[in-house]
Amino acid sequence: MSKDKSSRQVPADQGSNQVNHNQTRTAASQTRGMGGRGRGRGPYGHPVGPMVKPENLGKTLVRIGSYLKQDIPHLIMVVITILVNTACTLAGPLVIGSTIDRYIITGDFYGLVWASITLIAIYGVNSLSTYVQGSLMASISQKTVTRMRKDLFTKYQTLSLKFFDNHTHGELMSRLTNDIDTVSMVLSFGLTQFISGLITIIGTIVLMLAKSLILTLIVLAIVPLMILITRLITKHTGKLFIEQQKTLGELNGKIEETISGQRVVKLFCREEQVIHEFEESNQLLKKTALKAQVLSRIMGPTMNMLNNLGFAFVAGIGGLLALKGTTGTVTIGTISVFLNYSRQFTRPINELANQFNMVLSAAAGAERVFQVLDHDPEPADAPDAIDIREKGVKGYVEFDNVSFAYDDENLVLKDFSLKVKPGQTVALVGPTGAGKTTVINLLTRFYDVKEGSICIDGVDIRRIKRNSLRSSLGIVLQDTYLFNASVRENIRYGRLTATDEEVEQAAKTANAHGFITRLPQGYDTILTDDGGNLSHGQRQLLAIARAVLADPAILILDEATSSVDTRTEVYIQKAMLNLMKGRTSFVIAHRLSTIRDADLIAVINDGRLIEKGTHKELLSKKGFYYNLYQSQFVRTQQIQEENTETEAAL
Amino acid sequence: MGKLLRYLKPYWLYVLLAPLFMVLEVYMDLQQPNYMADIVDIGIANGDINYVFGKLLAMLGIAFIGMIGGIGNCYTSSVAAIGFGTDIRSAAFRKIQTFSFSNLDRFQTSSLITRLTNDITQLQNVVTMSLAMMIRSPLLCLGSVVMIIRISPSLASVLLIAVPLTIIGTLFFIKKGFPLFRKVQSKIDRVNNIMRENLAGVRLVKAFVRKDFEENRFKTANEGLQDIAIKAGRLMSLGMSLLMLITNLATVAVLWMGGIKVQSGSLEIGNLIAFINYLARIMMSLIMVTFVFTSFSRGKVSADRILEVLTEQPDLADPVRPPQYDAKQEPQITRGEVVFDNVTFSYSPEGEPVLKNISFTAHAGETVAILGETGSGKTSLVSLIPRLYDPQEGRIIIDGVDVRDYTLHNLRKDIGMVLQTSLLFSGTILDNLRWGDPEADLEKAIEAASIAQAHGFITQTPDGYETDLSQGGVNLSGGQKQRLSIARALIKNPKILILDDSTSAVDMATELKIQNALKNRPNKCTTFIIAQRISSVMDADKIIVLHQGRIVGIGTHKELLESTPLYRDIYHSQIGKELSLSV
Repeated sequence: MSKDKSSRQVPADQGSNQVNHNQTRTAASQTRGMGGRGRGRGPYGHPVGPMVKPENLGKTLVRIGSYLKQDIPHLIMVVITILVNTACTLAGPLVIGSTIDRYIITGDFYGLVWASITLIAIYGVNSLSTYVQGSLMASISQKTVTRMRKDLFTKYQTLSLKFFDNHTHGELMSRLTNDIDTVSMVLSFGLTQFISGLITIIGTIVLMLAKSLILTLIVLAIVPLMILITRLITKHTGKLFIEQQKTLGELNGKIEETISGQRVVKLFCREEQVIHEFEESNQLLKKTALKAQVLSRIMGPTMNMLNNLGFAFVAGIGGLLALKGTTGTVTIGTISVFLNYSRQFTRPINELANQFNMVLSAAAGAERVFQVLDHDPEPADAPDAIDIREKGVKGYVEFDNVSFAYDDENLVLKDFSLKVKPGQTVALVGPTGAGKTTVINLLTRFYDVKEGSICIDGVDIRRIKRNSLRSSLGIVLQDTYLFNASVRENIRYGRLTATDEEVEQAAKTANAHGFITRLPQGYDTILTDDGGNLSHGQRQLLAIARAVLADPAILILDEATSSVDTRTEVYIQKAMLNLMKGRTSFVIAHRLSTIRDADLIAVINDGRLIEKGTHKELLSKKGFYYNLYQSQFVRTQQIQEENTETEAAL
Repeated sequence: MGKLLRYLKPYWLYVLLAPLFMVLEVYMDLQQPNYMADIVDIGIANGDINYVFGKLLAMLGIAFIGMIGGIGNCYTSSVAAIGFGTDIRSAAFRKIQTFSFSNLDRFQTSSLITRLTNDITQLQNVVTMSLAMMIRSPLLCLGSVVMIIRISPSLASVLLIAVPLTIIGTLFFIKKGFPLFRKVQSKIDRVNNIMRENLAGVRLVKAFVRKDFEENRFKTANEGLQDIAIKAGRLMSLGMSLLMLITNLATVAVLWMGGIKVQSGSLEIGNLIAFINYLARIMMSLIMVTFVFTSFSRGKVSADRILEVLTEQPDLADPVRPPQYDAKQEPQITRGEVVFDNVTFSYSPEGEPVLKNISFTAHAGETVAILGETGSGKTSLVSLIPRLYDPQEGRIIIDGVDVRDYTLHNLRKDIGMVLQTSLLFSGTILDNLRWGDPEADLEKAIEAASIAQAHGFITQTPDGYETDLSQGGVNLSGGQKQRLSIARALIKNPKILILDDSTSAVDMATELKIQNALKNRPNKCTTFIIAQRISSVMDADKIIVLHQGRIVGIGTHKELLESTPLYRDIYHSQIGKELSLSV
């Protein structure tokens, strides 16, 4: 080692003399996260704190892998680019180091020229491989999650109604939003970082070992320390994050509830009280969030310190070794390389831990998606199932000894038998929870009977293709669901091939034309928030228009109990009458006029058909219907009497 | 955004300390290469083991001091940011509590909730980042610039090209990328929206056998998202690799120019290496700074949305009293007589009036029914009684006092109003009933619930009055919720009771029972009923028929049958004879 002053070398920290593209990418992904894709992350931009571990990691990963199958050629290319990329990243500093030692110090101008060209080439390849790798991965990951989303959506379409009744929408939405999103994040960033991190670590260790065993050991000694501290911190932060998440959830729940009920809060003068409750949660969140945040953010400076520690030890001990100069194994150049690598080495280790967590939570998310995908769909049509529409549906409906339970215990329908002739109107009457809606659910095969059978035109509906069955039924539900589309599109839902004229004709039949034309953009008015800009009655008219367009052989109407103003109600009744003309109709009826005009009244109580007949027949029977009628409609009766009196008086 | 900064004021000490701690950390960080240079230049060069050892210890010390700075920054910036977030959330929440109904109408519920949750979290992130990363990166950048100029001003000229290139490059990609990411976001919304519609409308989709149609719709949206997301991903990696290239080429340039300088003896080799090192730091922090800046734009959107809440003026206020006003003199509702005196009202000053010249008197204890089509102004009319809105013209007088002369608290505490949509809160059934009267005991609750015909089903729930309602009372049927809402209003023992179509989901028999129970209640109160079924209102002392915001008839059932054609129409249509209807 020369002690000549002029050749003093300062092996400064070259640790970051290459742009640390992984960090940059993380910054990019963060910015992206903040650009609105913050889902699947904690409220403070951290990856979600509480770790949800997948139940069967191996199996889930294999299954995610199966989604990547068609991209194997691309994936191989990605791995190649990662290898090239990492090689460049590792080669850069080596070339710089040797350039300094061999050309600059020796004054070899042509050497310097060549070295510079080599470096430019290395960096060029480095950038190119980064780009290729990023683009490939973007396309692979996006295509994969698109496939997953499609599978999920298609699956939802095939699941039975029971599934949807047992899960909240929020829960099912979260499969699409949170779970698939996490998978996408991991695929686009996590996977490549994971691989390149692993290669970098191995490559660095090999290169370091080739230079100096002792310094390698010093650098490696930092690692267990790092892992230990990381573990220590994450162990606590994990708990704290769960707590923070919980408190935040509670607070947000409270906010949501209060603001949604703000009008009631005002009416009951409860402002002080809700502020008090809010403040309790708010302050609690402040406390837990502070703990969780400070502890998790301390990781940064601590890791930085450990890096500096490694830096200092390499410099100091390397210096001492160089001084001893025993074998000349440690030169100043070597120290320089080690300083460089020690940084390149510790960073991926931190990242690996991070990525591993991400992979775990993505796997957990994917697992939840797969659970849905594995759920049993609606049972397939029987092999000999027929298309009922081929022969034309007459509309003869027979319930034969039907029993049904939503769960395994409580029968909600017991030995229900009913014959309906084509064109008849049946009013289903009975107290809430008697089983009226269940009858409808069975007829539409939203659910299948437990015992007995339902036949249409003499064919058991389980032997009718489900699609042909439902296409022959027109259903007007009590809660009209409207899509975020124009009025026209919403009506057209009844028959997708309908022309604009047919849509308008249907609207006219349904008495909806009038109010639609008064909407700001008429038929092209876009309905938002599930038709929030329409009244209940108007929504029902649209539903009727839909059914008119569908022109079904059998009609199912769930008469709305909810308030509809009188004029609209008249419209609805007329529209319903128009619709029922010539069709077998089942009406869950609430209005006296509907019930009275029905060809057949089926009185259901406690899951049983207890009486049936016409209005007159049932009244003369003086049974359940009579009593129901007395209690519910007797006043109307009185009014009618008065009415005749008044009319007479007039 | 500046207006929100005052919420940082309580934490000024932390706001001040955070950057100082950061300066400490960065300064210590920047010292490491210097000490290293000393070890090599002086220690090794002179063969001074003690010197090397001393410097090693010093470096360890520096590392620790740096960490203290770092932790200090973490702590102070977290305290400031979280405190800031907590305080703003609190301020916004309290502000919303002062909102009148028309304030609430202006913002939408869901938008208010997002503002209180997501937007504030977003803002809090920006503050944390400002106090940490936003300081660290520029400091590191500046410090490094100072260092390299000290090493070689002429070599530093490389920065004149590299820095603008980096900034322009970064800005270019942000400019290109942001609209793209916004597009990605809207495509995501589209995909989510279709999914949500299919979940909520699952019965409809199945009933109309629209599987293929829906799948196609989803496919279009899904693939649209895929294409744009891939595009965004590609752009991002192009940006990354180009920025990398710029920085790396700058390094080569320095190596080249510096190498020549070293060869000509005008620069020391050690300084060249240090230079390269600092250069990398500068470029890194530049990229970081630009990226962090972009998160400000999002923070600004959130800040504006929160400010809208905070600066919204509640448009109803308690009457202004002279300072010496005796609180005991505050008027109270005593009997419950309500007089509308030529009231005209519209929801917005420029809007069409929904109520026109409304005048009538409801005597104490009377039952007044209001009838009319949707949009005829029924709800608006009763909303004026508890002063949910103020009319533009005319007065509403309760017990001889203009409603604007009551304090809102005094006015509303004696008015029980049951809204069209029944809203219950989490907690037990009893908790919910106690909204009407926090002191009410079980007996009183049972009494109110019995009148509202709710006692029966309550006792059938697992824990009776202690049954916990999940949020919003979702495990109750619509009719049950309505009956609880009525009980909640009754427990107030109001002088004036307003039922705004609040038995719509209750079957007729039960509705009748409720009406009878109300009638036979010992402490009778003035009652306003809005109902759709004419049978529900026939017994009222007074029926008001509204049409397009005007009273077209007022009187008893019999009187109205004779005097008011509209009433007759409604009546006939409901009783089912459809005599004089021409639809």
